[in-house]
Amino acid sequence: MPAYPHKHNGYKAPLPWLVAVLALAALVALPVLVVTANLLVPSGDVWTHLAATVLGSYIGNSLLLMAGVGTGVAIGGVGTAWLVTMCRFRLSRVLEWALLLPMAMPAYVVAYTYTDLLDYSGPLQSVLRAVFGWSSARDYWFPDIRSLGGAIAVMVMVLYPYVYILARAAFLEQSVCVLEASRTLGRGPWRAFGQVALPLARASIIAGIALALMETLNDFGTVQYFAVDTFTTGIYRTWLGMGQPIAAAQLGAVLMIFVAALIVMERLSRGGAKSHHTTSRYRRLPQIPLTGWRGGLALGFSLLPVLLGFVVPALVLAGWTLQVGLENSFGGDFSRLAGNSLILAVIAGMTAVAVALVLAYAQRLHPRPLIRFAVRIASLGYAVPGSVIAVGILVPLVAADRALAHGIESWTGRSPGLLMTGTIFALVYAYLVRFLAVSTNSIEASLAKVTPSLEAAARTLGCGTVTALRRVHIPMIRGSLLSAALLVFVDVMKELPATLIMRPFNFDTLATRTFTLASDERLADAGAPALAIVLVGLVPVLLLSRAIAKSRPGESE
Amino acid sequence: MRLFSRLALTVAACLAAGTVSAAEVNIYSARKDHLLKPVLDAFTQETGIAVNLLSADATQLLERLKSEGKDSPADMFIATDVVHLHAARAADLLQPVTSTVLEQAIPTQYRDPQGYWFGLSARARVIFYAKDRVKPAELSTFEDLVSPKWKGRICVRSSSSTYNQSLLGGIIAALGEVKAEAWAKGITENMARKPQGGDRDQIAAVAAGQCDLAIANTYYFGGMQTSDKQSERDAAAKVGLFFPNQNDRGAPMNVSGAGLTISAKNKTEAMTLLEFMAGAHAQKLFAEANNEFPVLTSAALSPTVAAWGPFKGESINVAVLGENAAHAVRIFDRVGWR
Repeated sequence: MPAYPHKHNGYKAPLPWLVAVLALAALVALPVLVVTANLLVPSGDVWTHLAATVLGSYIGNSLLLMAGVGTGVAIGGVGTAWLVTMCRFRLSRVLEWALLLPMAMPAYVVAYTYTDLLDYSGPLQSVLRAVFGWSSARDYWFPDIRSLGGAIAVMVMVLYPYVYILARAAFLEQSVCVLEASRTLGRGPWRAFGQVALPLARASIIAGIALALMETLNDFGTVQYFAVDTFTTGIYRTWLGMGQPIAAAQLGAVLMIFVAALIVMERLSRGGAKSHHTTSRYRRLPQIPLTGWRGGLALGFSLLPVLLGFVVPALVLAGWTLQVGLENSFGGDFSRLAGNSLILAVIAGMTAVAVALVLAYAQRLHPRPLIRFAVRIASLGYAVPGSVIAVGILVPLVAADRALAHGIESWTGRSPGLLMTGTIFALVYAYLVRFLAVSTNSIEASLAKVTPSLEAAARTLGCGTVTALRRVHIPMIRGSLLSAALLVFVDVMKELPATLIMRPFNFDTLATRTFTLASDERLADAGAPALAIVLVGLVPVLLLSRAIAKSRPGESE
Repeated sequence: MRLFSRLALTVAACLAAGTVSAAEVNIYSARKDHLLKPVLDAFTQETGIAVNLLSADATQLLERLKSEGKDSPADMFIATDVVHLHAARAADLLQPVTSTVLEQAIPTQYRDPQGYWFGLSARARVIFYAKDRVKPAELSTFEDLVSPKWKGRICVRSSSSTYNQSLLGGIIAALGEVKAEAWAKGITENMARKPQGGDRDQIAAVAAGQCDLAIANTYYFGGMQTSDKQSERDAAAKVGLFFPNQNDRGAPMNVSGAGLTISAKNKTEAMTLLEFMAGAHAQKLFAEANNEFPVLTSAALSPTVAAWGPFKGESINVAVLGENAAHAVRIFDRVGWR
């Protein structure tokens, strides 16, 4: 939560904002509270058993995973964003958008493809055995893809774009004046980066890393596939295997506290520091040309994540699709699945951005601890494993549904049953609960950089809060709004657990189909729907990448 | 705004779809769509009763059933392991039914004693061996797999899989908890690698030479033998299927099955479907689609399954496996079988 020490003296923010933000936050936070409430229910000796046996490895693995992924996405995301934004080298214009491509790849799909390639029975090791005459695993050493290291690698590959996209938007939003002032003061380009650009973009970068880490914590598919026992797989096991839903939800609640601590630490570390761009004078960012070995290095560094995170897995998926045959792959109900995925993702993306904008703006108008707290709680849904939060969503939803049905029954004399549960409406609500953090984080970070004096000017000139939002803030943070919509869109396309549990009868999406086939160990058949998630995800990735590039204030259309 | 009105329309359409009152059955199913679909299509064709299907993970469906309670639209719950069927019963989500059709078609061991759920297809959990490195004569029982001669030679999936929980649940029933724990410990010590992947991966690892033995369900092997992929068929050809414990209690059996939910509003239609699924036509489809053993003894085996030859299956009621599953998980945790 960005600190807003400045007071909006003389501009009393209207009450409706306060009401709106509290109502929205409560709605979105409800499922999280339901999960947390489980902490108060006794669960017998399960905890003693867990602590004595597996809890240590759950925690240890989760921490190592987060450390690895956090470091990886920070280096990859910030490094590539800076290079393509501030430097010019071969292919740098292409890489601007190509670096986003891995976002369209669900982590679990990337896990499937690399396992297929690198596993003992996969093509690479088979060829090695044939060439060197080895006959069994005892004859040679090969890194095990199904390991903690493998899981970290795969997650970095698909999650670094979260940092890249927000860091790039932040770098694009920066004013040249600030950078040039630093250069005038004798800083070289590297130190200008380290001492000026990085601190200015800090909020956005941390927001990106936080998103990546929350994705890491809630991931089930990848770690489960790679045989890494984390907190999340532990929750499933406790819930399913031991028949202990309460203990499982308690593990989930502990996980949330863990994430909350992470967020608080980040906020505290930022302290009272605030950074605003001081001027609205923007012109084209000067790009440093890189040639020779420097250019080669920059190209290699920026190309690697695209190759590993997108090109290689996409080729494997394409291979599977061809193997099964195009007709078998894309015939049947394929277009219906794609349509379902697309509609859900578009609706959810727009809803999440609208809600996040209200929350972030109201928070700016009313910088009160209560509101901050409400917004933070509302964002926690992102870090909770999907099916745990899905249960948290079901409880209040069904309760509301019952009340509604009861009301209708007393009015018409006939109960309509559950009207919302198991509809698209319920799904969109679930996505909002899960992904609001994605849009809130990026919008908040960006809104924080709109200097309050602009707003003050607008208000002095007679604009109301809504007009100021529409005419001042939204145009200035357009890039971040689009990024936020994109992030949610892509997340919804890939989302599994909540979609599986909440969806209507006879309703499938590309992600549910991919999962069904893959979990039945029919990877080749899963190739086509997985590839389609990627392809459908590419369209907005490319469109929005263009929009972000153009979003730089002052950039001519 | 146009998008908003489209959203409103979609929502309205969904609401409307939920309240249509033609003859229909609503199913929450953990069985894979493509395995169930042929049976459901045949049912609709034969009876004119429409089927609405929601497929998901069994645990998730159980949670949805729990939160929806008596208001749930679901009439039937289908699961692929007795552990989940038992869990549904234990959570009071199923209702008992009596049907002479079901009782005659399905052997007692494959259904709940009180009629809360009924097994619809059976599978055995068996040992697979590398034909070039292991002689079938070296194999005998699951108990024997803890012998030191198998050290570093066994592949088996994670104990988070209900198939392993059911397996250990059966061993608990046969040998008691203390011996079952010693067995699980022995297997863990003999593993060739950390448990990973599904049953099919274990069989593939035997074919590739990473281990000499694998523990897996029969139908995965059948799926590999009849796969479209040459590589899977080649792998299956290098591996032999061994039915263990033939001289004592028999190979461990498990079922996929179904029960009526407490919320069932289309009870008659749901019963019709349940009986249809235990009938000759559906049993043939089950057997063929997934290389399982039909529960209806008069139904024919698929040619692939028939080629494995006759064997003796364990005869305890599979409900016991479900009851022991939670104990099994704790044992797995204690011995470090991940």
